[in-house]
Amino acid sequence: MGRTLAEKVWDDHVVRRAEGEPDLLFIDLHLLHEVTSPQAFDGLRKAGRQVRRTDLTIATEDHNTPTLDIDKPIADPVSRTQLETLRKNCAEFGVRLHPLGDVEQGVVHVVGPQLGLTQPGTTVVCGDSHTSTHGAFGALAFGIGTSQVEHVLATQTLPLAPFKTMAITVDGELPEGVTAKDLILAIIARIGTGGGQGYVIEYRGPAIEKLSMEARMTICNMSIEAGARAGMIAPDRTTFDYLQGRDHAPQGADWDAAVEYWKTLRTDDDAVFDAEVHIDAAELAPFVTWGTNPGQGAPLSARVPDPASYEDASERLAAEKALEYMGLTAGQPLREITVDTVFVGSCTNGRIEDLRSAASILEGRKVADGVRMLIVPGSVRVSLEAVAEGLDKVFTAAGAEWRHAGCSMCLGMNPDQLAPGERSASTSNRNFEGRQGKGGRTHLVSPQVAAATAVLGHLASPADLSDVATPAGV
Amino acid sequence: MEAFTTHTGRAVPLRRSNVDTDQIIPAHWLKKVTRDGFEDGLFEAWRKDPEFVLNKPQYKGATVLVAGPDFGTGSSREHAVWALQNYGFKAVISSRFADIFRGNSLKNGLLTVVLPQETVDRLQKLVEADPAAEVTVDLVDRQVRAEGISADFELDENARWRLLEGLDDISLTLREESSIVAYEANRPSFKPRTIEV
Ligand code: SF4
Repeated sequence: MGRTLAEKVWDDHVVRRAEGEPDLLFIDLHLLHEVTSPQAFDGLRKAGRQVRRTDLTIATEDHNTPTLDIDKPIADPVSRTQLETLRKNCAEFGVRLHPLGDVEQGVVHVVGPQLGLTQPGTTVVCGDSHTSTHGAFGALAFGIGTSQVEHVLATQTLPLAPFKTMAITVDGELPEGVTAKDLILAIIARIGTGGGQGYVIEYRGPAIEKLSMEARMTICNMSIEAGARAGMIAPDRTTFDYLQGRDHAPQGADWDAAVEYWKTLRTDDDAVFDAEVHIDAAELAPFVTWGTNPGQGAPLSARVPDPASYEDASERLAAEKALEYMGLTAGQPLREITVDTVFVGSCTNGRIEDLRSAASILEGRKVADGVRMLIVPGSVRVSLEAVAEGLDKVFTAAGAEWRHAGCSMCLGMNPDQLAPGERSASTSNRNFEGRQGKGGRTHLVSPQVAAATAVLGHLASPADLSDVATPAGV
Repeated sequence: MEAFTTHTGRAVPLRRSNVDTDQIIPAHWLKKVTRDGFEDGLFEAWRKDPEFVLNKPQYKGATVLVAGPDFGTGSSREHAVWALQNYGFKAVISSRFADIFRGNSLKNGLLTVVLPQETVDRLQKLVEADPAAEVTVDLVDRQVRAEGISADFELDENARWRLLEGLDDISLTLREESSIVAYEANRPSFKPRTIEV
């Protein structure tokens, strides 16, 4: 019987297999950041162990880093300690680090792909759940806990329990104005935040094949919000073109050998998935969340649902609690929800294409009075590219704040936070209670919806702007 | 990881059920960057009360915690285990543990012993009446012994062997060194590297 893409990558990494025991898998790339690594290094030190493969390990600072005044000492002592600890650990153990201020610094899941380190058919781990992002390249990539971080540092392997496979096939074509973010939000609303539990999801079908690498990363990034272990997309020409010429992409004869191998990384025709989901792309529309988990979303044209309409008692209760926290009433049109803050950034939507599409909407327009808009590039490279294209000027002319790279308001570990009761439209991936600041209310949106929302002051899509103002030259 | 064969020490009775990991170590302690120094965070909220059992001088230096049922529920934080160990506990006895907590404890060499509630009650009464009474947790014979009490306990063979040998996950994997080396030798040269070595 044939094998799925995920099974092929898994099989290619088995170091040891024994009856009744988890497989021991080799890890090709280990990404580190300041929050989940300190105790792992501490454990190594206590046991007198080394980092086995410093050449397969790389660290960056992202979760705690400020996005303003980055040349000044970090005010928060906890953030400062975490960053200083990472620097000390990387120096002591010989791990490559891109600290704040470095040109390769940025959100760990933006940095790996842009350096060309994330490649098809590799195993990628990081002490961070959104490691699933890297699956966009046909890598088997998943988040791990601190004990596992230590295990990988010491052995470059992980004992792992088997997974189940799920195919999500997206047929047809995404309509104009509908993005990868809308697609993944719709998928999560459909299968639920636990729908992917225990599965590695493979996204496939014509609508997926048409997506750019960056859009594919947006999709795989949020696999974890559907509860999945990982998300993957089979590598193809788009993948190879993205990689060719990047710093760490193979070169010469290695490139040819790599591409030959990468081309074998497809689910066999006779392979069987444990579960299958079909989505018709043509039916999709811009999607936003109204609740406090990423599965509580609806098309922008819809209304806030009535909790009473849920048959499942626990879903009903969850909806009631969400509406109360979010300060919304059943039946309210989603378009009428006004926001205080708009955040464009994160490992979901902080890449150059995301900034380009937000800028194309803001060009010649103004952020609505009383709305604060933060643009936080996913990495310094993305930031430099945006500046070279003049996007920063578009943002500042529109009245948005152009910030330094990092996780920023995605999780509010740095000073970029919502105040209690404040409401945001955010291109990040989690709308949990308090995620963007204690008492803050988050609506997950695409960069396009974020930009249109910033202009109008209420949840909106670019289509809603047509009768407001026509920007010069568009 | 330190090997655990048999341990004898004084015990503290903790007469509360459903002690969750937030009570064992509150969230604000998670900002620390080391695995030690959590002893002051252990049961932090309760320890503000001078009457709390851990604050009583007669229980200072105790190394066995005799807890109520459903110990270690809630968040999966490994810090809960570190806090108990940092404080000096070698073993925790309860009639029921939360799964993740139990997994974490055995991974870190803290022995969690499951005994019937009735036996746990007798142990608690014993050390309440006589705080100097010693309790022996014997992993070799899978038995808990104290004055007038002798109770067998179960532990799966693999977990027991690892504790007796002091083997954590990493040391176990390091026993596969030759398989790892063999795998590395066959990795294709086109695989990415972060630095030249
Ligand atoms: S951007 Fe957000 S989701 Fe991504 S790594 Fe940072 S905190 Fe996590």
